[in-house]
Amino acid sequence: MTTPATPPRLELRHASKRFGEVRALIDASLTLRRGEVHALLGENGAGKSTLVKILAGVHQPDGGELLVDGQPCRFARPSAAIAAGIAVIYQEPTLFPDLSIAENIYMGRQPLDRIGRIRYDVMEQAVEEMLVSLGVQLKAAQLVRGLSIADQQVVEIAKALSLNANVLIMDEPTAALSKPEVERLFAIAERLRDAGVAILFITHRLEEVFRLTQRITIMRDGAAVHFAATSEMDHDSIVAKMVGRDLATYYPKVDVVPGEVALSVNKLTRRGVFKNISFDVRRGEIVALAGLVGAGRSEVARAIFGIDPVDGGEVLVQGKRLQLGKPALAVNAGLALVPEDRRQQGLALDLPIARNASLTVLARLGRHGLISANTERQLAAHWGGKLKLKAHTMDVAAGTLSGGNQQKVVLGKWLATNPHVLIIDEPTRGIDVGAKAEVYQTLTDLVQAGMAVLMISSELPEVLGMADRVLVMCEGRITADIPRSEANEERIMAAALGQAEQPLRRAA
Amino acid sequence: MNSIVHMPKAIPINSPTVPVEMTGLTQPASKTEPSRWFLFLGRHRESTLIAVLLALIAGTALASPHFLNLQNLRDVLLNVAIISMLTAGMTVVMLMRHIDLSISSTVGITAYAVGSLFVAIPGLPVPVAVLAGVLIGCAAGCINGALVTFGRVPSLVATLSTLYIFRGIDYAWVHGGQINATSLPDSFALLANGDVLGVPVLVLIALAVLTVIGYYLKHYRGGREFYAIGSNPEAANLAGIRVSRRVFKGFVLSGALAGLAGVLWLARFGTVDASTAKGIELQVVAAAVVGSVAITGGVGNVWGATLGALLLGVINLSLVVLKVSPFWQLAIQGALIVLAIATDTLLSRAIARWTMKKRDHGEA
Amino acid sequence: MNKSKHFSWEAMLCVVLIASLALGRGLSPDFLGASNFSNLLADFTEIALMALPMTLIIVAAEIDLSVASVMGMSSALMGVLWHMGLPMPAVIVTCLVAGTLAGLFNGVVIVKFALPSLAVTIGTMALFRGCAYLLLGDQAIADFPGNYTLFGISNVGDSFIPQPFVIVIIAAILFTVLLQATPFGRSLYAIGSNQTAAHFSGINVARTKLRLFVLSGFMSALAGVIYTLRFSSARGDNGEGFELSVVAAVLFGGVSIFGGKGSLVGVLLSLVIIGVLKNALTLSDVSSEVLTIVTGLLLLSSVLVPNLLARWRESRQRRALAAA
Repeated sequence: MTTPATPPRLELRHASKRFGEVRALIDASLTLRRGEVHALLGENGAGKSTLVKILAGVHQPDGGELLVDGQPCRFARPSAAIAAGIAVIYQEPTLFPDLSIAENIYMGRQPLDRIGRIRYDVMEQAVEEMLVSLGVQLKAAQLVRGLSIADQQVVEIAKALSLNANVLIMDEPTAALSKPEVERLFAIAERLRDAGVAILFITHRLEEVFRLTQRITIMRDGAAVHFAATSEMDHDSIVAKMVGRDLATYYPKVDVVPGEVALSVNKLTRRGVFKNISFDVRRGEIVALAGLVGAGRSEVARAIFGIDPVDGGEVLVQGKRLQLGKPALAVNAGLALVPEDRRQQGLALDLPIARNASLTVLARLGRHGLISANTERQLAAHWGGKLKLKAHTMDVAAGTLSGGNQQKVVLGKWLATNPHVLIIDEPTRGIDVGAKAEVYQTLTDLVQAGMAVLMISSELPEVLGMADRVLVMCEGRITADIPRSEANEERIMAAALGQAEQPLRRAA
Repeated sequence: MNSIVHMPKAIPINSPTVPVEMTGLTQPASKTEPSRWFLFLGRHRESTLIAVLLALIAGTALASPHFLNLQNLRDVLLNVAIISMLTAGMTVVMLMRHIDLSISSTVGITAYAVGSLFVAIPGLPVPVAVLAGVLIGCAAGCINGALVTFGRVPSLVATLSTLYIFRGIDYAWVHGGQINATSLPDSFALLANGDVLGVPVLVLIALAVLTVIGYYLKHYRGGREFYAIGSNPEAANLAGIRVSRRVFKGFVLSGALAGLAGVLWLARFGTVDASTAKGIELQVVAAAVVGSVAITGGVGNVWGATLGALLLGVINLSLVVLKVSPFWQLAIQGALIVLAIATDTLLSRAIARWTMKKRDHGEA
Repeated sequence: MNKSKHFSWEAMLCVVLIASLALGRGLSPDFLGASNFSNLLADFTEIALMALPMTLIIVAAEIDLSVASVMGMSSALMGVLWHMGLPMPAVIVTCLVAGTLAGLFNGVVIVKFALPSLAVTIGTMALFRGCAYLLLGDQAIADFPGNYTLFGISNVGDSFIPQPFVIVIIAAILFTVLLQATPFGRSLYAIGSNQTAAHFSGINVARTKLRLFVLSGFMSALAGVIYTLRFSSARGDNGEGFELSVVAAVLFGGVSIFGGKGSLVGVLLSLVIIGVLKNALTLSDVSSEVLTIVTGLLLLSSVLVPNLLARWRESRQRRALAAA
């Protein structure tokens, strides 16, 4: 692909970076060549984002070397990285919603006339051409507000190209895209690669790695641990390098005889989001809700819990009808929701662990309506002990904990309500291997004690390893209900893609 | 300026894997969409404002036939001229998702300072006096800008503090005294009260200032950066904009305009004491938000803001003409602020929902 | 870490308090006399009454700039109603109800339309002050009954504690319990720290915020009533500019403008400091308008000083890292 004589377009050697007490990067290396799509893999928290931010000039490394075209280099600010031809497409594009597409692309370097006025005509025409050549139906003068994430990414890509960027870093670009949108993005990426652009592609979906990339760098715990050509690797070897241990020990699944129905959802509908969702979850049962991101799984969970509005349908908890739309009532009825986005939805990061743990039980915790800090601390310590929470005291801010320990705080805060039904959305997203195993063990203990668990997960091994039954959603509908004995990756993926039972093109 | 350097343009990107529905993603609105008037209101806020303004004038004229005369027109324009310059400064600051509450104190202290200059140096040339006023305003703006950028103090806290600090300094300095018109040279008063072809000089000055700022905001990179910062500060930083520097400049501009307004205030009213211009920051904020400058940044322009100022000016005059107690002024201003913010926010949300629905519809 | 930071801010306030007491003693020999002390306490009655709910509001990451206008409105209403011949108890109750309704208006607009409280209360600051002027114009009403105005100016028994200050003490205790030890108070920290997470935890964010603004309206009206009685004067411009002192006291007390952090102990300390400083400067003939400089500087420094300290610490860390 490249002649050995030419230096790589971009090379990072042994970079390290720490934020206060947290060592985000310890020994990160990466070599990126022209005309390749290079996958950067690793679990959340492995240091990928920090690496990206160093390449983007957002952070400066504490140690290590950065070479651009073989020359040592240091990016003091984002503009320096841009000047070196490096552009980053973030998962959530950072655009100006109140400005037009053209202005977004040319902000800070608009074409000017002799007296410094912006040439809107020239600018819009250039952008118009660019959008046409990318094969998208967008107008240069259109405001960015209201564009879909996919379209916003296209704007970001157009911006990068207009900057003459020939290094494109895509940080989980496909996480929020629908299937056709992903395909459109891949088509664009392949064209750019063929034109000599170096692309660093970060993703959690291994099938995308095999579909698109030529080489792989795998990171674990802040260090780059493996470099290889994509063709030399397969699914299992990649996962093994990422987690650094055997997969089988992960899932402590035990068989529990399901009890009576704890959660019953009937024809739940929210217009434009999901339609006629019906299912039951029994005591002692883990039901997984699988499907692609954007299929409406989290939305169903939020609607059951009363956070999002619904247009129709009903929810029964322990046989009693739940009035929807009020989270407080859902809590009282015995529902618990461990949300998808821990930092945004799960925790008050600035508050101590104890304060977070008591949030769901404030009304029950008090004596004569008064709460003492001590009761709070005891509560947090009780659940912290059960969940093997690693923290010096219950008075440290939740934000200082690792992802796994944060997840335990969220779990603890919900278990403190003594729920009948636990809805857990992406239970192990962004947490390390050890904590994952502990979360799985906790789920197992809970169902053994008779709890009903609804688990939403995008990770198929997790779904297959933990669930008694797999419900699959596609475009707002449940397309399959597969018992554990019959579940496999092919069936789930087929249902998730909305295909009737047919073999799936498998990349691995 | 040619765009995609590394990409041969001939290759069609529509690979067969992209389904046809994708093209529906960004299709223009269907003509039969029921809430089209929402979009109209949203896109033509200035027109809406002009319509309201005309309706108000017509209503007042019907109730009181004396309303429509040249003297009233002149009064409105003179009153609005100074406010509109301040509103332009506020627009720039609000575009960046900040606020500058200190302007009224800057106006007050500048007016008194320039008056004192005339008292100290009776033969002071008028341009020097104007320059002095602008420089004092700049200094005040620098303080605000430094607090917000270097000190990382939220602009509300910073400028609420300097609102009172500047005013307190004014009081300490003036100590119960005042400047009278007799201390000012006649040529200085002409700045406000003179005419060119029947149009007051003050109005011409305001028009010139507004035109320059309005044009700058639309047609120059620096102007667009104000929008970019307010629209998404993080993206502005990533786009290589020196955000702190630009925010600092915005506050200096707002201060400079307040300084200029102070000089003109002195020229117009002649008499100035420590309480000059007290409380006008509310009128200016009201004018800006009524003129659909978003308090959340990134949206608005000088002309809308000026229309807002004009609307408030006409309301105030209408109150006088209709012999309504002047004590209504403040209450109306307050009600208008709340109303404008509420309609603006609800409107933009409705539009966002509508665009989203259109998009999802296209996708399904 | 969090805790020690709070502790040090409160410790710092204690030091500042002692320093300002010393300053007062230095400026005027009358400063530590009982009569002056009772003036000092009486003078911050209204600010304190409004600072208590403001603390709760800012902890929840909102703000209410209309407090002083609600206070002025209730004062003006008091004058009007008394002139209309209503009995005094009815006048007071009506004023408190009116203030509560004003707070309800703020709350409903902010919560139902999900608008920024800063923008809305800048508007209602003008609106409610305008209503005060509409009620009384530039008149002043001073002929309130003697037994009521006496309450405003006399002390408890022979002590130096003014009677209105008793209300402050009771309110301070109630608010401290409310904020630190009730589910309502605890949920404010969660809302201020992360509103979404609070909502996902089953906390009714909208209702909580609504209650906050209602509470603020009520307390502001109470402040207006007491102010009117203390000075035996109902005017539309009563309490103009007090919102600055209130916000200054809260922020100087260590409450973060971004919400989620702070305690009423700090705010009470900062109230005393501001009261002492004002009193000391007034004794040395500094006019009340000039005094706003001090309030403004305190407000600024409460945000600026921690920020600059953080900056300094950052740069020192960076230098240490670079050296290593």
